[in-house]
Amino acid sequence: MINFGLLIPKAVVQGIPLLYGSTGEILTEKSGNLNLGIPGVMYVGAISGVIGAFFYEQSLTKTGAAANGFLAVMIPMLCCLLGSLLMGLLYCFLTVTLRANQNVTGLAMTTFGVGFGNFFGGSLIKISGADVPSIALSTTSKYFSAGLPFAGKLGWFGKVFLSYGFLAYLAVLIAVFAAIILKKTRTGLHLRAVGENPATADSAGIGVTAYKYGATCIGCMIAGLGGLYYVMDYACGVWSNDAFGDRGWLAIALVIFTIWKPDISIFASILFGGLYILYLYIPTGMDHMELQQLYKMIPYVVTLIVLVITSMRNKRENQPPASLGLPYFREER
Amino acid sequence: MSNTKKHEPLFHIVKRDSMTFKKAVGIRALAIVAALVLCAVITMIVTGENPISIYGTMAIGAFGSVRKTWVTFQNVSILLLIALALTPAFKMKFWNIGGEGQVLIGGLAAAACMIKLGGKVPNGILILIMFFASLLAGGIWSVIPAIFKAKWNTNETLSTLMMNYIATQLVAFFTVLWEVPKGSGKIGIINQDTNAGWLPNIGSGFSGSKYLLTIIIALLITAGMFIYLAFSKQGYEISVVGESVNTARYVGIKVEKVIIRTVFISGAICGLVGLLLVGGINHTLTTTIAGGQGFTAVMVSWLAKFNPIIMVFASLLIVFLSRGAGEVATGFGLNQSFSDILTGIILFFIIGCEFFITYKITFKRGGHKK
Amino acid sequence: MDNRIPAVKLTGISKRFGAVAANSNVNMEIYRGEILALLGENGSGKTTLMNMLSGIYFPDEGDIQIDGKPVTIASPRDAFDLGIGMVHQHFKLVDVLTAAENIVLGLDGKLDLKKATKKINEICDKYGFEVNPSQKIYDMSVSQKQTVEIVKVLYRGAEILILDEPTAVLTPQETEKLFNVLRKMRDDNKAIVIITHKMHEVESLSDRVAVLRKGEYIGDMMTKDTNAEEMTNMMVGRKVSLNIKRPEPVGVKDRIRVTNLTVRNEEGILKLDNVSFTARSGEILGIAGISGCGQKELLEAIAGLQVVESGSIEYIEDDGSAEQLIGKDPRKIRDMGVSLSFVPEDRLGMGLVGNMNLADNMMLRSFEKGGSPFTDRKAPYELAKSVVEELEVVTPGISTPVRRLSGGNVQKVLVGREIASAPKVLLTAYAVRGLDINSSYTIYDLINKQKQAGVAVIFVGEDLDVLMELSDRILVLCGGQVSGIVDGRKADRAQIGFMMTSTGGNNE
Repeated sequence: MINFGLLIPKAVVQGIPLLYGSTGEILTEKSGNLNLGIPGVMYVGAISGVIGAFFYEQSLTKTGAAANGFLAVMIPMLCCLLGSLLMGLLYCFLTVTLRANQNVTGLAMTTFGVGFGNFFGGSLIKISGADVPSIALSTTSKYFSAGLPFAGKLGWFGKVFLSYGFLAYLAVLIAVFAAIILKKTRTGLHLRAVGENPATADSAGIGVTAYKYGATCIGCMIAGLGGLYYVMDYACGVWSNDAFGDRGWLAIALVIFTIWKPDISIFASILFGGLYILYLYIPTGMDHMELQQLYKMIPYVVTLIVLVITSMRNKRENQPPASLGLPYFREER
Repeated sequence: MSNTKKHEPLFHIVKRDSMTFKKAVGIRALAIVAALVLCAVITMIVTGENPISIYGTMAIGAFGSVRKTWVTFQNVSILLLIALALTPAFKMKFWNIGGEGQVLIGGLAAAACMIKLGGKVPNGILILIMFFASLLAGGIWSVIPAIFKAKWNTNETLSTLMMNYIATQLVAFFTVLWEVPKGSGKIGIINQDTNAGWLPNIGSGFSGSKYLLTIIIALLITAGMFIYLAFSKQGYEISVVGESVNTARYVGIKVEKVIIRTVFISGAICGLVGLLLVGGINHTLTTTIAGGQGFTAVMVSWLAKFNPIIMVFASLLIVFLSRGAGEVATGFGLNQSFSDILTGIILFFIIGCEFFITYKITFKRGGHKK
Repeated sequence: MDNRIPAVKLTGISKRFGAVAANSNVNMEIYRGEILALLGENGSGKTTLMNMLSGIYFPDEGDIQIDGKPVTIASPRDAFDLGIGMVHQHFKLVDVLTAAENIVLGLDGKLDLKKATKKINEICDKYGFEVNPSQKIYDMSVSQKQTVEIVKVLYRGAEILILDEPTAVLTPQETEKLFNVLRKMRDDNKAIVIITHKMHEVESLSDRVAVLRKGEYIGDMMTKDTNAEEMTNMMVGRKVSLNIKRPEPVGVKDRIRVTNLTVRNEEGILKLDNVSFTARSGEILGIAGISGCGQKELLEAIAGLQVVESGSIEYIEDDGSAEQLIGKDPRKIRDMGVSLSFVPEDRLGMGLVGNMNLADNMMLRSFEKGGSPFTDRKAPYELAKSVVEELEVVTPGISTPVRRLSGGNVQKVLVGREIASAPKVLLTAYAVRGLDINSSYTIYDLINKQKQAGVAVIFVGEDLDVLMELSDRILVLCGGQVSGIVDGRKADRAQIGFMMTSTGGNNE
């Protein structure tokens, strides 16, 4: 029997990076940009935060000062946002301003981002002189992973709802916020119009370029936070190369799975998080460890099925934004 | 000018009518040089070496010894083969980014034959079976998203991406199933004692014999793909479908059939790469056997503007960078990911420079044109 | 009249696209309380000029004044702010959004759809529109979409309204309704520009006419002081006595027999309703009708490109034996030995591949010939060369991508290829659309030559004068039904015009 009290909190912590990634990518795709660079962006976000935290901790060791909770959180976060923002700007410059192919640009960004993360991760490991191939940032990380007060005292309720670091709650807030923006506000309406039909949006006086830049850069920053959450909270401040794995791609899969809706993504990412680790909880017995690998396949298979079914049903609201992947040039004739 | 005239655009962008081939090559060359300079500067900052010696080190990494040179060419061949495989699909505007998965599945089929049939059938027949199994497996794996595309217009970028991860997990599943020894999570070298199903070395007694097969196959397929795309009827159909589905229907080309056939060829060649990796190079199967080259190949094919001959140089550039940067990294105690950063930078420059080939910028009333 | 301050004053406006000058040195004025008809042939630069006013394009040269003040219109937003609104020929609507969402698209302030709905209903009541603000655009008919476009412009408080060929997609009733609305707006002291090339619309609606020809401004006059003939002359630059040759048909035999043909499009809308007729060899059968009345579906059904719901299309051999074409694709039809050529409306999107060169485009029809897996490159190259020579195609070379040729030359390449296979049946859709006069005559000559060679020609046209001078018989379509077939030599303009808007004399 699967113990849900145990599984749910684990699924949530697995799901949070996916939620950040998918919320960011949904905003990006709503503007018509298919950013396959999200895995790279999440790596860059993570390592930027790690670099910030690393130097903050170094300065603490040097001066002997006690850690300041505010700085310990803000420095890594700002570094993370800045790193992801730069990636977003790069993507936009190439695909929007220079109208380059989005798939190719995205893949190049992933190559670059993952390399960037692992390279600087590796370099920091060298600087820190550790004998294991990872850096532990326990001082700053404890501010990230601190749960809410009373979490321990409220039994299963505390465990399921209150035991997470603040970035987990922020992820949900951002997703809810993004959903409201998309559905209820003028900005959201304009963004959807840009992704559906940029020529129409343009002729309606909407700054297509500005919206594409804005949505993509904000999307990248949100996705970057997912990387930050992963190292600082989930991994307890331990950076090791390639540990983040393929979560970035899973986040892109989630976008399809949730048919471009951030509010659905809150539940879907927890579901995917659960599926991602389900294999640990389904008793396979020592003789059939291989079945675990099949369980890990489930999120991707489910996403593929959702993708095919939505295209079969051909319901207009559930389709990808119509201009997804296409560059826009006003004077195209 | 009166002050009611606000924010007049400073410049505006128009599509070029055409550009001479020379000029286009010039712009690309300029972009690559600029990227190499930037890479050198970054490497300089990181390592403190001067740029010339950095590129010296890189050259040593790629061509420093006979063995290194052979390995470089083998790596170029593998990357080139995947890029070639993806190209017919791309020409048809079918964005197959599932090369990674198709290679894996081809490799899985080859490994399955080696493990299950090794020693049970004569080696020659085994290799023949492996050949067909890999091609078929890669082909089928790619045709699944193609059918979705042909029938329901399912977005193929997203579906082939998902197929990659399904393939990875499938390989992971079999890796555990076939692991040797139990609990190691690895298959290990398959048929170490019998060498059953190992692809033959071509020639013997010289250092390159074990690399030559891959290289020859890559050369053959380069030539074959060039001829197929440029001169065959099917290649022509691919171009027409890629340019305009309406035109294709108008002249009676069966679009669905062309999509499925072309994508099958695409996947089958990826499957062949899987065979080469498992049966010829590594003699084992892991989930990372394709090593992200399915994605790199997308960029190679695109950078070469889908021209198989240019792809040779594009793959060479990428492999040179990655092996060279690897050498720099080892030499200066950096990690291997350094090469990904350099590859990324080069790609960004080449991707960006396409803009100046397709468009030109006209400055308003400034009088000067660019 | 000229002491009024014009709502819009254009001075010296020029715009080029690559090598093509879309507008050169245009000077024009637009006044309030007036409906201006902007008249010109296809490709005369009407739409480009108005696009510069609505901020879609930016002029290369020239100045724009609104109410006497010089302004810069760098974006559609600037145009709104100046009270300029344009209803484009191709609607600028987002399909997955509702009417209300589309109408408020691009405006500032808090999104309040309830308030917007109220305001939309007010506008509708004022001018007599019918719009359901919460209906999705993809659920709407063409005329509903157009209404949304007009309401959108009014919602923004546009004072200067530009409509680009608004009636092309409307039924006569819808057109009349639209005109009434436009008159109401004029009386509201708005400035209205309607782009058109239909003479009777100019006469019944406009107060003043301005004429463009080949990107240049030819002049303007009050509608009441002019007549159709004068306007046509200004439009085409010389007195039109079309004088298209019409040789007598020879060896007339039934060739294509269409019986009770019914076709629905992908959305399930009835496009052809029980259509029957026969096309004969050595004869040109003209097809008239307002655009979108089933012409496209009719030709595509014969060519094997359209799914047919019911009915029959038979090809009749010289010996009188008939073969069914329905259910066969173009390849099968060719394999049956039926030599059928088709010059489609969408030249670069269907008939030719824009990015391919002339020789490769010639190959489209012939590449499968022979058993070799490789294409024969030589024959298409020779064919391209002979087409270029015989039809005087202006091109830098055989290896030039066809998209770089001018419209007339593109059409010559397409027609040249289609007639090269010595067809028995030739289908043409809007064969002279967008072509200059000389190219048009080249095409008429080519078609006539085919007719004399015994080909059964089906010629879908939009210009009634051309249809009446070229065709032996004219089939008139209205809303997917055949409203009649008349003799081209005896046809009367008014009669055909009436048939185009009413099936079999019955008003809907």
